[in-house]
Amino acid sequence: MRLLPLLGAATLAIAMGGTAQAENVKIGVVLPFSGANADLGHQMDKAFDLYIKLHAKDIAPHTVTLIKRDEGPPTGAQAKTVATELITNDKVNLLAGFSFSPSAIALAPVVTQAKVPMVISNAGTAWITNLSPYIVRLSFSMWHPAFPMGAYAYNKVGCKTAAVAYTDFPPGKDSVEAFKTGFEKAGGKVTLSIPMGSPVQVPDFTPFLQRVKDAHPDCLYGFIPSGAHATGLMKAYGELGLRKAGIKLIGPMDLIPDNKLQDMGDAAIGTIVMGHYAVDLDNPQNKAFNAEWHKAYGADSYPDFMSAQAWDTMHAIFDAIKKLNGKMSDGAKVVEAMKGWSADGPRGHVMIDPATRDIVQDEHAMEVYRKPDGKLGERVLDTTKAVKDECKVLKIGRCGS
Amino acid sequence: MPQFANIAVSILFDGLAYAMFLFITAVGLSVTMGLMGFVNLAHGAFAMAGGFIVVSLTRSYGIDFIPSLIIASVTIGLVSVRFEKRLYRRLYKSTDLEQVLLTIGLAFMAIAAFTYFYGPIPKSVPLPHWLEGDVNLGFRRFPTYRAFLIGLGTVLIAILWFVFEKTNIGAKIRAAVDNRRMAESVGINVDRLFTLTFAVGSGLAALGGGLAIQLFGLTPSFAVLYLVLFLIVVAVGGLGSLKGTLLAALVIGIIDTGGKYAFPVAGNLFIYAITALVLLIKPTGFYGRE
Repeated sequence: MRLLPLLGAATLAIAMGGTAQAENVKIGVVLPFSGANADLGHQMDKAFDLYIKLHAKDIAPHTVTLIKRDEGPPTGAQAKTVATELITNDKVNLLAGFSFSPSAIALAPVVTQAKVPMVISNAGTAWITNLSPYIVRLSFSMWHPAFPMGAYAYNKVGCKTAAVAYTDFPPGKDSVEAFKTGFEKAGGKVTLSIPMGSPVQVPDFTPFLQRVKDAHPDCLYGFIPSGAHATGLMKAYGELGLRKAGIKLIGPMDLIPDNKLQDMGDAAIGTIVMGHYAVDLDNPQNKAFNAEWHKAYGADSYPDFMSAQAWDTMHAIFDAIKKLNGKMSDGAKVVEAMKGWSADGPRGHVMIDPATRDIVQDEHAMEVYRKPDGKLGERVLDTTKAVKDECKVLKIGRCGS
Repeated sequence: MPQFANIAVSILFDGLAYAMFLFITAVGLSVTMGLMGFVNLAHGAFAMAGGFIVVSLTRSYGIDFIPSLIIASVTIGLVSVRFEKRLYRRLYKSTDLEQVLLTIGLAFMAIAAFTYFYGPIPKSVPLPHWLEGDVNLGFRRFPTYRAFLIGLGTVLIAILWFVFEKTNIGAKIRAAVDNRRMAESVGINVDRLFTLTFAVGSGLAALGGGLAIQLFGLTPSFAVLYLVLFLIVVAVGGLGSLKGTLLAALVIGIIDTGGKYAFPVAGNLFIYAITALVLLIKPTGFYGRE
């Protein structure tokens, strides 16, 4: 009998300790750290680290631990293996990152079964968010930039005919489909469609662009994953003299990632892209973001749209930790906490659509030009506010299921 | 010019430029494999290193593109001799597997090291003005840089052909490729010959790496990404054969370009189809020893 009050006191102490106890949230980060696309991983990883460095105090007494794994090539196989290990061995509370759509597609059934939220900071195939109720996307859908680009290209850029050339994997097909839908709705005509091989092959685009040059459309809508292929495409475009031949280069912002723009040279000048981020974007959060980035990583290092997405990804995760007071073990509750999340980030105002768990953000038409200081920059020509994923709005193909 | 002829000229021109890049970069690999039977998977890493030397020289030291190319290939040629003497020589008598493990390991180490210093972002180089834009060759205009590549490739082929076919040293190399033991027994120092060809081959690879920057942009993963192509050229051409490597580079360069132009949906199918076909009919490649 003398034991009972003691036991009661002990239970109470444990319970009280529980409320005051600082939780450690384990986040499995899956990004490409090796191979031809390693720089994409670094662009996002740097943003994750920077956000945590500057905002760790916001979630005190709770803390986060990042467990980083290599996403591997854009095929999904390695990503699935490492993410499954993160869930089963490391018992992470949630997964973040994912550069490539095949990774997210391969993992969707795994996170559904494990009830672990997957917070996507890049992979952009439109219908990914439909694959699992545990997916939240902070980046974009291919339709975000590509669909409005269609009407903009026809009405403002002066493209009556266009060729489309794309990397032959899900996001490439998606981007081209979205552009075509918007472009033909506005009255334009796609005269040539060229798949340019897989994202893992060598970045030589000469034969494809030579064919575009010979077909002579008003514009070339290009899609490549924003790694080494972006530079390769721009090299071929400049080398073969397509701009001189009167063929304008348009596309999503993947064509001119901010961190590669300076190395693209004169060939890039005049390129018009639709996108949600550029280092030159004029808003106070972006100015602060760029200043902190340069302070942490040097004057020659630039963030890009992926870095901005990763920054917002960590921001949303931190806000969920605050909202749930560190109790991140119930995946469904974490996803619930992120629905309707909104904030001002480097991209401007962004929101998670509670119905689709996908991002809502502004899209800007931007043109590459030579700035007075000699560097290349992007200027905003036109802005569309609060763009949703039009693929899910129009219920096109797999976006309708 | 009629449309069809115009397209054919485009394909031929772009294919030739691509073939020259493949030949310059892969020829060293072919000769060293033919001479020593040594599998050097770090060949692409020498090319990549040469490319980055060009990047540093042009951008950080303001040296012109052409002198930078020369400095890069001489430097890599000399550095490769150190590798050959310190590391490769130990494994000449070893199995293929051990050679592959050593050299692919070197390639991965090179990628990691160059990523550490240069970062993974594709690099570009400033070109001299006379290499920019396009050039009028009488009947139509062509991109200058590619025309330069074809010209340079032709000159190099002529020099290599002359050395191989007309000089004493070329005769020794051919003899050693044909029958190493016989060559040694008539007093040819095959080891020294090998060091020489290894250095020249690596230097040419470095030149290829430097030339590739303007075509594709240069990243550290160049070392492995393009290795498959070089190995295909070597296998299709036949080990140790200058003629074979040239023919393979031309066939692969032109058919790949034409295939991608006419049937983009097929992607890389053409390269692999040619490789499979040639090796089925002639397992040793165009000019390989039976």
